[in-house]
Amino acid sequence: MKYVNEYRDAKLVQGIIEEIRRITTRHWVIMEICGGQTHAIVRHGIDQLLPPEIELVHGPGCPVCVTPLELIDKALAIAARPEVIFTSYGDMLRVPGSGRDLFSVRAAGGDVRVVYSPLDAVKIAQQNPDRQVVFFAIGFETTAPANVMSVMQAQQLGLHNFSLLVSHVCVPPAMHAILSSPTNRVQGFLLAGHVCAVMGYWEYPPLAKKYGVPMAVTGFEPLDIAQGILMVVHALEDGRAEVENAYPRAVTFEGNQPAQKMIGKVFMPCDRKWRGIGMIPLSGWCLRPEFAEFNAEKRFDVDAIQSEESPLCIAGQILQGLKKPHDCAAFGAPCTPEHPLGATMVSAEGACAAYYKYGRVEFATQGRRA
Amino acid sequence: MCLGVPGKIVEIYEVGGLKMGKVDFGGVYREACLEYVPDAQVGEYTVIHVGFAINRLNEEEAQESLALLREIVNLEDELGAGQE
Repeated sequence: MKYVNEYRDAKLVQGIIEEIRRITTRHWVIMEICGGQTHAIVRHGIDQLLPPEIELVHGPGCPVCVTPLELIDKALAIAARPEVIFTSYGDMLRVPGSGRDLFSVRAAGGDVRVVYSPLDAVKIAQQNPDRQVVFFAIGFETTAPANVMSVMQAQQLGLHNFSLLVSHVCVPPAMHAILSSPTNRVQGFLLAGHVCAVMGYWEYPPLAKKYGVPMAVTGFEPLDIAQGILMVVHALEDGRAEVENAYPRAVTFEGNQPAQKMIGKVFMPCDRKWRGIGMIPLSGWCLRPEFAEFNAEKRFDVDAIQSEESPLCIAGQILQGLKKPHDCAAFGAPCTPEHPLGATMVSAEGACAAYYKYGRVEFATQGRRA
Repeated sequence: MCLGVPGKIVEIYEVGGLKMGKVDFGGVYREACLEYVPDAQVGEYTVIHVGFAINRLNEEEAQESLALLREIVNLEDELGAGQE
């Protein structure tokens, strides 16, 4: 058991999709929350194998996409300072701010470095005691345990030149916002497997019950995704609004307790603006006051920045499942991964980037579902 | 971003007070932080995300759900054959 090839068995996936076809009696709209799953679905063509009654819409689970423009602009301002080494996950470098991106800050002489893990940023701070090292702490619940550990580690090491620019977001408040919107079309959810690996799925049954929508905790391999869809379609056809687990090898109901404990020690809930969507109450995490010295927004004076979004980009509607990438007039031209107008075209998890990368460009002119 | 890669823990050690380990991703080895899987043992599989193990993969659950899926598909085949 290597936990990879077993879940890429084409015959088994086709069999499960056949079963979905067999039990489906009407049109259902299912949202996969996670952008990683959006890419897997489009890459493996799962959306095209499904019966036409099953419509997959793509959710806001792409941290790079929803990090608010104001915060990108703050990152750009901090990264441009001569005393700063700005560290980030690679995805963030091409995300457009109001005027430029982190790549262009680097080209202009800024010290911007890509790290694989936030612990690498702590190491850079240790090695450069005369520089200020800032880590761009973005992400959903999955990434939070790593990001909070960097703060604990910096504190342990007595580092005074390390701080986080925090833009953490959480899945359940975003689902609440989508489901309570009068324009909502989503009838069932594939829950993000690795968010649930950390948090468990105890937060979701109240949401499922309140809005009458079934959900399945879902993994990332083709078979995982097919199984998640099968579970949700089963529940929809039966009229059950339950939360089930299609990823039990990796996820328990309680989740990772040591990780949740550490997150609670360092972060606390806060209101958070989502790029393209707007403010969602208590949808984010920020540093607790006792960790204020690690807060880059406090360390650097970057409050008065005016941000401006591209008027052509419809990323907000795409992130809420209201539109598909090919509904956008700018998709493919002028908006491309090389010259993105919005963050959904940049990230390895953005829906627009997935459609572009895996050849769904033709739909821009045809339209898939009339 | 929330992508995680399953790997096998081949070594466990400590660096600067943190529980760390060497993880085998099908022949490619990387260091990962094991602080959040305090009970993990050498030989176990885990999902690694941005340099951290976020869980321990449960082989029993994995085998059980694969068996269930195979059953669904076999039943599907039989039903299909019966209709032809």
